[in-house]
Order: sequence, then structure tokens, then C-alpha cells
Amino acid sequence: MKNQISRGLLCAALVSVVAGCTGWQSAMDAHGAPAIQLYQLTMLITIVCTIVWILVVATMVRAIWRRRERRDDPLLRDPMMERRMGLAVLAAVVATAIIISGFTAASFFTTRAIRLATSDVLSIRVRGLQWWWEVTYVDAAPGKTFVTANEIHIPVGRNVRLELESADVIHSFWVPSLAGKQDLIPGRHNDLTIRAERPGVYRGQCAEFCGLQHAHMSVFIVAEDSADFEKWIVGQSGQAFSSTESEAAAGKQLFLSKPCASCHAVRGTSAVGATGPDLTHVASRRTIAAGLFETTRGTLAAWIADPQTLKPGNNMPMVPLSGDDLRAISAYMASLR
Amino acid sequence: MTERSSTDADLEDGVLISRLEQTWRTPKGFWGALSTVDHKTIGRRYIITAFVFLALGGILAALMRLQLAQPEARIIGPDRYNQIFTMHGTNMMFLFAVPVMEAMGVYLVPLMLGTRNIAFPRLNAFSYWMFLAGGTLLWTAFALDMGPDVGWFAYVPLSGPQYGAGKRADIWAQMITFTEVSALAVSVEIIVTVFKQRAPGMSLDRIPLFVWSLLVTSFLVVVAMPSIMIASTCLILDRLIGTHFFNPAEGGDVLLWQHLFWFFGHPEVYIIFLPAVGMVSTIVATFARRPVFGYLALVMAMIATGILAFGLWVHHMFVTGLPRLGESFFTASSMAIAVPAGIQIFCWLATLWDGRLSFKTPLLFVIGFIVTFVVGGMTGVMVASVPIDTQVHDTYFVVAHFHYVLVGGAVFPLLGAIYYWFPKMTGRMMSERLGRWAFWLIFIGFNLTFFPMHILGLQGMPRRVYTYQPEMHWHGLNLFVSVSSLVLMGGFLLFFIDVIRSARNGLPSGPNPWAAPTLEWATSSPPPTYNFALLPVVRDSNPLWEESESLTVGGGLSVDRREFIVSSVVEARPEARETSPRDSIWPFWTAIASSVMLIWSIFSPWAVVWGSIPIALALIGWFWPKGSPEEES
Repeated sequence: MKNQISRGLLCAALVSVVAGCTGWQSAMDAHGAPAIQLYQLTMLITIVCTIVWILVVATMVRAIWRRRERRDDPLLRDPMMERRMGLAVLAAVVATAIIISGFTAASFFTTRAIRLATSDVLSIRVRGLQWWWEVTYVDAAPGKTFVTANEIHIPVGRNVRLELESADVIHSFWVPSLAGKQDLIPGRHNDLTIRAERPGVYRGQCAEFCGLQHAHMSVFIVAEDSADFEKWIVGQSGQAFSSTESEAAAGKQLFLSKPCASCHAVRGTSAVGATGPDLTHVASRRTIAAGLFETTRGTLAAWIADPQTLKPGNNMPMVPLSGDDLRAISAYMASLR
Repeated sequence: MTERSSTDADLEDGVLISRLEQTWRTPKGFWGALSTVDHKTIGRRYIITAFVFLALGGILAALMRLQLAQPEARIIGPDRYNQIFTMHGTNMMFLFAVPVMEAMGVYLVPLMLGTRNIAFPRLNAFSYWMFLAGGTLLWTAFALDMGPDVGWFAYVPLSGPQYGAGKRADIWAQMITFTEVSALAVSVEIIVTVFKQRAPGMSLDRIPLFVWSLLVTSFLVVVAMPSIMIASTCLILDRLIGTHFFNPAEGGDVLLWQHLFWFFGHPEVYIIFLPAVGMVSTIVATFARRPVFGYLALVMAMIATGILAFGLWVHHMFVTGLPRLGESFFTASSMAIAVPAGIQIFCWLATLWDGRLSFKTPLLFVIGFIVTFVVGGMTGVMVASVPIDTQVHDTYFVVAHFHYVLVGGAVFPLLGAIYYWFPKMTGRMMSERLGRWAFWLIFIGFNLTFFPMHILGLQGMPRRVYTYQPEMHWHGLNLFVSVSSLVLMGGFLLFFIDVIRSARNGLPSGPNPWAAPTLEWATSSPPPTYNFALLPVVRDSNPLWEESESLTVGGGLSVDRREFIVSSVVEARPEARETSPRDSIWPFWTAIASSVMLIWSIFSPWAVVWGSIPIALALIGWFWPKGSPEEES
């Protein structure tokens, strides 16, 4: 009975792996060239392993329920039987060796196949920090380089090389729908080349334990066609939008006079802090606090009011603000499109 | 008793036994308990202590499942959660799995070899006290909210001076020192016992497979543990006196830690698994009522596993950016270990095929082991593949994988082994009825708890997250896992109840309740302090089946001194009579002095200077001649 249960469980699980798992942060929901090949290799090995497992368990069940004649002396052995079992074990070991050699070869060729060409790539610098991602688009033209956070826009169908660095502890960059993961290690430079085959927003998250808020360190890759991508680049590389609306303008003054500006930068103003995320176009990003909330004026205000309750242990201190000040600063943040 | 004969050959049974009792007994009372060097008493303490740590680690697991049962739960905060998962892993690996396997060896190896005590019995006592002190340090720190919070492999720089706050990482590193010292000590004892204290006639090809497994394991410990010892010491030095072994800004290297850790950490898995191989081989033979099929193949497979274990640590580092060619080599070596594992499984299946099976609880656990361990082996092949590993590394897939290997592959055989050897250790049987219930609850509960984690991992859930967001679609499976873990815990609870009840009220077992073939069953249950009144002589690898009528014994040992036979390494020809030391309180004091020094050194480097003085004094006491008959011989 036990074997039926666990076999049933495995089958059910396999079916759900094959058919059901389509989360938007899932190795089973592949939309990038490497991820698709990884998915196929995973499926291949899973299926072969499942067959082997069924054979092993079936042999065991048969061994348990087999009819056999009485034998009183435990040391009395049937030489024919011993020989046949020896051959069976040998055959099974040879089969094991052949199967794992096949797996090794398949892994090797998959590794080669998923290596994307690195000519004509778009390079983006990604730096991991406790607990967010700093993203830098380097442009040779002066003044065109810009920094953003937690959201990486890429053009569909083009190879993109992410240059991965860490500012503090080890992190790991992982967007399973597009590619496998790669660690960001202090003192080392790693890179990861990805390509999205279809437009979409692909979620990822830090995969190497990095401290208190490891669980809240998400990243989004936004793949869009090249026209939209170029438009986004132009928007992001520009200076911060300066709202003339009075509350936002008051918020700007507060932002620059309070401790905010010592950690955050807003291009085109005197705020040039580099400890926290660049806020030049914060309202254009989908989420705040590395995927914790959707960006709205309300969530911005909530975050500014009490970051330590929402994401305990993160490096943003609570800055005491009156209700009016908080409203003004959140209005300013929401205006930074 | 007019003339006191000094050897066992010319004494009547009754006199012989009372004289041996006199020579080998442990003094009663508190100080007697602290100074005993009897491998059975120490082994039993080790096993019980390790199971207490298992229960504590299980409670931590329950807390984690409580927190993860729903998204964004606020039952346990991130700081405490990080301590909990670090404690769970550290506790289960260093305070439960490795010690319990060695402890089974401490208890059983001398009995299975037909000798009277383990080699270096005082070192054995010392190793237990060190283990107890290390475990107490870790759990006391946790109770004081100072528990380590950097994961059981404590990657730098998170555990380094800059990011690891307070003394938490130091406590982790120093706890490692305690368990290393005790594991190394036990390994040396087991190696010497196996090589030099075997019953006359027990040549290498007649050693019970469980003893073989402990021998290979002990060599693994001796080779692997120095690596983690260097690593944890360098970490403490970085933290305490500002060396820069792991600081890239000063020429150190972050990945150095990972290499050193996993050069120990991967063999560690086999240090836990190989004794289980020995247990399974023993149980299968007894309950199939035939010698295990392919003795030589099994021994070779264990040795091959032990050697390959040192060639695959890099598969823990496939995503750190090492050169791809090197990684392919480690894929091949990691896959290759499936061959010896396959040999083991196929030999056991052949034994079952030909055997006359008797379905007692120990055999049930072995069958459950085969079903689950093979799953763990399969997922092991998957994580060995570099490309697949880049997806599943550090996710719940890996969590599922290593629980299948460690719980399915080692804890199931261990529970079977407890049911199997409990009568030998206590003289009482455990309950078959409760045993069956415990088995089914643990087997079903385990699979329902851990199988879904494979899927969670593939669906993108990283490990070591204290919570997850509601939009991630993981809550259904997580809730299912949390509920299933209740079944698993119910099974373990039943097991503990059975152990406690049976220890008091179990049916008397007699010397050999399972009609088993190996020497530990040739003496009474529980065995007397001197193990065997007359030391057995062996002519077959299954001595009690070969000569069930009467076991050949040899004589000529003194009964006034603690004596045993030293035999040659390969053929076990008797070479000499050797004495085994008497009880001593000094190993206990030495362990206390060492613990004070090690714990103090967490706070000040001067502890190494001043703390060494009491250790030196205790060692002088330990080795000071006391004029006992053993020393005079």
C-alpha cells in the first residue's frame, strides 16, 4: 500500500510539475532562451529518474511478495541463485553507469548551448545591496549614464549582459523564467547573459541568504520591444521632473532639508546621497522597497512613515515627520515619474 | 578462593563472572558516573543526548512550518527566524546526525568485534563531555537570544566582523570546535579498535558491515574535519583579532571560506550516510535470514563512496562563477557517486529477493529507506548537473533533496537500528504495534511534508526566507506542507513514547531476540561491563549462524586487570594481551577546562593564554601514574 501511495504521490506531483506550475517566478514557466533549455533538461532527467525509481520500487515489491520455499539454515545458499543475482546486480550497475554518463553528457551540452553570444550585447551593471538592487545603465555619452533600482528594462530578443557585483554580502541574482542564477560576490566580478523571447514582466528574487530581509529582495525584469525600450531609456536618463504643483514643491524642499537627501539621490537637485536607491524616477518604477509594494502615493507615504515595521531591519531609518510633511514628501515622490 | 588464579582459563563460571565484575565495574554514585570509561555507558549517554537534540531541532522545524504556513505571517520575526533555521541546521548536522552515528559505533563496535572496551576509553569519556558542552553552549546562546543567525554554513562576509553582529557567529564557530574535537576523538578510537582489537580469527573479510561502515566514516572524519577546523578558526581570528583571511579589501577571499567549508561539508553527508549503509546491511541480513548479498561489493562501494566524497565539494558552488570546465569535472564526479550508491541498493534488493523475510519494525524502516532514499539519490543527480543546479540551487528543491537524503537515507535506517539494537542495550523489546504506527506516520508524514518542496523550489521559492508574499502562489503548497509536518511529528512523538515506555516496561528480550548472526548478540542483554566473560574466537563472518550451538571462546586473560586481546590488522591473529585503563575523573575535568578556555576565547584572545593553564593541570592529572594493576602490567 505504501508503495502505491508514494508512487501515486510522485505521479500526481509530476503531472502538476508538467502541467500546472506557471507562477510568474518559476523555472517551469520559461520565457528566455537559457531557461527554456534548462526546463527541457530538467524534464528529461526527471522522467528518466522517475522510470528508474519505479523499476527499483517494483523490483523491491516483487522481492517482498515473491513465493519461496522454506529454508532453515541461513547459511545454505543456492549457487544458481547467487550467480543469477550477481548477474542482475552487475547489469543494474552497468545500466546506472550508462544512464549517469548520459546525464553528464546532456548537462555538458546544455551548458554549452545556453551560453549566449556576447557580441553586440547590451551591458547593464547590477549591484546587490542589503536588501535591494542597484541598476546602472552605462552610456559612453557624458550625462547619459543613469542609475535606477530593482527594475531592469531590457529589449526583447537581444542578448543582455548583467555585470554582477556586491556592495556588502553575497547575493544571488535569479529570475528563473529567463535564466539560472548567478552569485554576486564581494571582491569578484561575475556576469550573466540573458535574453527574453517575449515581452513581459519577469519577477526574480535574491537566492543567497543575505541577512534579515533576504525574503524581501525582489527584482523585476521588464522586457519590451525596442521602441518602448528606447523611449524608457530617454525618460530615465533625463533629469527629475520638477512639479509645479504646490504640495509636491513643498515636499521637494522638505526632502532636501531633511535627512532623506543624505542617502538618496534625485538628479537635478542637490540630493546626491548614494546609500539608498536613486529616486530620480521612483514613481515610474512598478514597486518600492524591492518588490514589497506597488508604487502608489499611499504606499510611498506608508513606507516613509514607518519603514522598520514594513521591512524590519532594513537600512532606512524612521525619520520623524508631521502629517503635513509626510503628505508633502509623498506627493513629491509620487511626482517623480 | 584459596588460591587466586589470575587468568580466566582455570576458573569456574561463577567465580569468573564475579571476579570480572569486580575488575570492570564502575563505582556507584555521582563521581562514579562522571568518571566511567565504559563504552556502553558513554555510548548510551551519547545516543540519548543526540536524540534530545533531535527533538529540540524538531521543535524548531515546527516553528518554521508555523511561520511559513501562510504568506507574510508575523508569528516569528526575521531576526528570530534566521536564528531558528540556523539552529535547526547546525543542531541537526553537528549535534544530532554525526554524533548519533558515532555514538552507535561507540556502543556497538567493541561488542561486534568481541572485545571488552573501546580503544582509548578515557579519550572516549572526554569526547562525550566536549560534545555535551558544545551543545549546551549553542542552546544556551539561543535561549539568550544570542543564537547564530547566519545559516549552518555561515558564509562570509555575512558571518564576518562587519555584518555578523554581536557574538552570534563566534558562538557558531566555537561550537564547531567542540564537536570537531569530540568527533575526531571518537574516530581515532574506532579506527584503532577496528584495526587492533578484533576477536581472534575475524580477518578483514569477516568484519561485520556496520563496523566497516564506521571504519570508513572515521577515516572520512579524520580527513574532512581539519578543513572546517581551519575555516572556523580563521573566521574567529577575523572576528576577534582582525585578521583578514576572508576580507577581499585586504587581500583575503570570500570564496576561500566556501571551498574550505564544503571540502568538509560534502564528506559530512557521507559521514552521516555511511553508518546508515552499515545499519541497513545489518538489518537486511538478519530479517532476510541470509548473509547480505555481495559483501565484498558493499565494502568496496563504501570505500569508493568515501574517496569520491572528497571530489565533489564544488557542486555546492556552481553559481559562484567558477570556470565552466572545472564545473563540468565536478558534475562528472558528483554523478559518479551514483554508481556505488546503486551497488548498495541492488545488493540489498538481491538480499531481500532471496531472503526469508520477517516483517518486523526494523525491516519496515529499511524498506521505507529504500523508497525514499532512491528519490533523494535521483534529485542528487539533478543538483549535480551544473545547468539544472543554476535553477534549483538555494531553493526549496534543495531543501527537499537533502531531507530525502538525510532523513530518508540516514534517519530511517537509524530508527530501524534503534528498534533493532534497543533489546541489546536495555534487555527489553520495543513495541511492535507502536513501532508499526510510528513507521507509517513517519513514512507518510515525511513524504507528504518534503515532496511538495521539490515543486515549491521549481516554482521559484528560495530557501531561508522567513516569509513570502501573497502574490507568489506558494501559499497552498506551503500550508499543505505545514499540515503534513504534523503527521511526521506525530510519528516521532510515538517513537519517543515507545522508547520511554519500553525502557521501563518492555518485554524481556533475552540475549538474541532476532536470531542475529553477529557477536554483539553472543552476550547477555544488556551486556555486562566486561562485555564477554570469555572472549570469542571467530571462524566465519556470521559467527552465531555458523556455530549456533556453541561459540568458540579463547582464554588466558587476567581477571584482576582489565585485559583484552590485541590482534593483527589483516588476519586478526592474536598478538598480545593489553590492558584497558580504569575509570578516571580527569577526562571530565579536562573537558571542563577546555570548555572554559574555548568559551572564554569567544570574548578575549587572552583566554588562549590563561585558559591553557587549567587544561595543562587537568592533563597532568589525567596522565599521572596512579599505581593501578593496569599500569603495572
